[in-house]
Amino acid sequence: MMWAGFLQRAIMQGIPLLYGSTGEIITEKSGMLNLGIPGIMYVGGIGGVIGAFLYEQNAAVLNPLLAVLIPLLCSMTGSLLMGLIYSFLTVTLRANQNVTGLALTTFGVGFGNFFGGSLAKLTGSDVPSINLTATSAFFRTSLPFSDQLGWFGQIFLSHSFLAYAAIVIALLCSFILTKTRVGLHLRAVGENPATADAAGINVGKYKYLATCIGSMIAGLGGLYYVMDYANGVWSNDGFGDRGWLAIALVIFAVWRPNFGILGSILFGGLYIVHNYIRDLDVSGQELFKMLPYVVTILFLVIISIRSKREAQPPAHLGLPYFREER
Amino acid sequence: MSGQEKNEGVPAIRLHNISKRFGSVIANDSVSLSVRHGEILSVLGENGSGKTTLMNMIAGIYYPDSGQIFVDGKEVMIRSPKDAFRYQIGMIHQHFKLVDVFSATENIVLGLEEEGRYSLKRSAKRIREISEQYGFDLDPDKKIYEMSVSEKQTVEIIKVLYRGADILILDEPTAVLTPQETQKLFAILRRMRDDGKAIIIITHKLHEVLSLSDEVAVLCKGKYAGTVKTAETNESALTEMMVGKKVTLNIERSEPKDPQDRLEVKGITCRSREGVELLRDVSFVARSGEILGIAGIAGSGQRELLEAIAGLQHVDGEILYHNPKTGQIDNLCDKTPLQIRELGVRLSFVPEDRLGMGLVGNMDIVDNIMLRSYKKGKGIFLERSKPKNLAEQIIRDLEVVTPSASTPVRRLSGGNVQKVLVGREIAASPKVLMAAYPVRGLDINASFTIYRLFNQQKENGTAVIFVGEDLDVLLALCDRIMVISSGRIAGTVDARTATKEQIGLLMTKNTTDAYADVSQKGGAADAAQ
Repeated sequence: MMWAGFLQRAIMQGIPLLYGSTGEIITEKSGMLNLGIPGIMYVGGIGGVIGAFLYEQNAAVLNPLLAVLIPLLCSMTGSLLMGLIYSFLTVTLRANQNVTGLALTTFGVGFGNFFGGSLAKLTGSDVPSINLTATSAFFRTSLPFSDQLGWFGQIFLSHSFLAYAAIVIALLCSFILTKTRVGLHLRAVGENPATADAAGINVGKYKYLATCIGSMIAGLGGLYYVMDYANGVWSNDGFGDRGWLAIALVIFAVWRPNFGILGSILFGGLYIVHNYIRDLDVSGQELFKMLPYVVTILFLVIISIRSKREAQPPAHLGLPYFREER
Repeated sequence: MSGQEKNEGVPAIRLHNISKRFGSVIANDSVSLSVRHGEILSVLGENGSGKTTLMNMIAGIYYPDSGQIFVDGKEVMIRSPKDAFRYQIGMIHQHFKLVDVFSATENIVLGLEEEGRYSLKRSAKRIREISEQYGFDLDPDKKIYEMSVSEKQTVEIIKVLYRGADILILDEPTAVLTPQETQKLFAILRRMRDDGKAIIIITHKLHEVLSLSDEVAVLCKGKYAGTVKTAETNESALTEMMVGKKVTLNIERSEPKDPQDRLEVKGITCRSREGVELLRDVSFVARSGEILGIAGIAGSGQRELLEAIAGLQHVDGEILYHNPKTGQIDNLCDKTPLQIRELGVRLSFVPEDRLGMGLVGNMDIVDNIMLRSYKKGKGIFLERSKPKNLAEQIIRDLEVVTPSASTPVRRLSGGNVQKVLVGREIAASPKVLMAAYPVRGLDINASFTIYRLFNQQKENGTAVIFVGEDLDVLLALCDRIMVISSGRIAGTVDARTATKEQIGLLMTKNTTDAYADVSQKGGAADAAQ
């Protein structure tokens, strides 16, 4: 069943994007345009790799629970720190959000590659990659009966816990944004911080929290990529442009995490479709890799023409907030 | 607080000797006033008389420098809007604070920590109840961006009622409303008063004061001029309190030399995007060698009038320009702003925000002067030497205090920015010079420099149109004063013989007449219910 395999791979390809876009949506809803997401996902990935590497090196026998928890915590700590740097610079010091975000991406990619290279040197291997197959095996544990249910099992049940967590987190974020008081306040901060401030909402606190939580969610995308998608093999620059694709997905999902679930599978599918078309040369493959971006641009054109107010970015996205003082 | 018995004799809110200053400007100078439950108090005063500042202190936005505030007879400290809510004070600001993509309900519950589960349905139900109680017409699920100005105001009012406000402050609520909407609002306010709410309404419209309120507190240039019962006063008495005593200014004024018709405005009408008439059938003549003053309450259409002449505003009617060079008569309505400028009609619009419309803050004086001449010069390169000379001349002649001509204008003080702006427009030796509030925020010396410039222009044969807010200045500087009221000409007086009271009355005249029939209808509708 080739199409079942394709769908399975599309979902696996889409999960890092889903993490990234969910995190970025939460962040953007507070009016923060965090272009540091690609770097944060890198740091999330390498954070997990460092944790797993140290545990594998120092433990005689791997405890399954610890082998999962240590990389998870290291990954989230790394991306949380990145989120804190970003919010401190943009909220407290009121630095330009675009510049800060791009700087953070450059920093995050460099950070990942530096530690990736260093760890590889420690193992004494010739290739600049780290092999963490033992840890990866724990991460990739899937439901035991999934391979007995044919195509259904392959598409829906063969995934690891991080994949299901991505979908649960996206649905949860959608629920919080639309159905809770916290979500209402968060959206108000992103739309009109002056109004939110006048209503007694702590604008700075919401921006900090949204950015940091968003960063941690996005960082998990990096972890999923290394531990599940890449079978525990970290290679420098292996994560590629998935971070930018996650930001494109935010637009495609019209700032709704639940739309992001289907969008991520679509993007994942478009990203790998070139592998399933026979007789494609290298240049043809590169053209096909453009598809998710082309779709995003077309989509942007369409929503801009329709100009439905609900499908627009938060009104105060990317702008600093100064309390009016006389 | 809400459970407490309301004592009939004790005012719901009482201010005692409240003072507030911003830097060297005294916004409020020991103001005292009070309002009881079941009463509407108007706070009346001209622009800049400190009405809004005073109310902002009750609403917790500013904190008074000295004085006391009592709520229900107890002295209170109101340090933030949250404190104000705790004392059941709700303020409806002139500029609405609403999130556009949210529904009315979402805006109303925003920031509120209600007990129990978050449920927009339940909140919408309560909003409907409040609407019914007071006669509002509001769909709780409607998005703000689909609403008219009056609907947005309704959302703001319900927002404070939803929070249980007992004392309502409305800052110029009728400024953005049509007469029909105003009448509807007043009916609602009366119903709230009968329900035992204390209402303070800030306004500068006399007819509204007389038709709505029980008492009037008058502010004049930051000072408290007294409180009177509406039933025991009339328009001219209030005007007198509002404009204060005449102050003599030593501004030289020469007799106009050989005045000739320069600009003839014939029956222009202008509407806002909401369809509200901003100018209605305005006709007048501006003559060369003369300063024509335009007096009126802010927002009566002055801005639109000047913009119409400069070609920035679309209007119906005719604006005829008598060209002194060619003797031709041109209709400016058909021309682009650039063509109008070429003819010698200069708008030195010194607007509410000086840097907003006239100058670019981050650019230096030379660059700002070049904004007017960038089309001159040859080829693709800018010609910088002439503007530089001009900049230096302006700095010298007008005594602009600046380190150099290459200092960004945003670093200059307000007065110096204004001098650059006026100097640039005058440098082109215009035939018609228009200026709106050119001395706003300036000290005495800088103001007199500007007046001197206008007088020079007048002597050079320019037709000067001067929109001002200080009646003393208008009376001392201008030759004729045209009074505009709600977009209509209320009358034109000779500045040499007119009195302040005369102008003050004209400033509110037309609207009073227009309102009389509306309020009668409104009264009849009220009686029928």
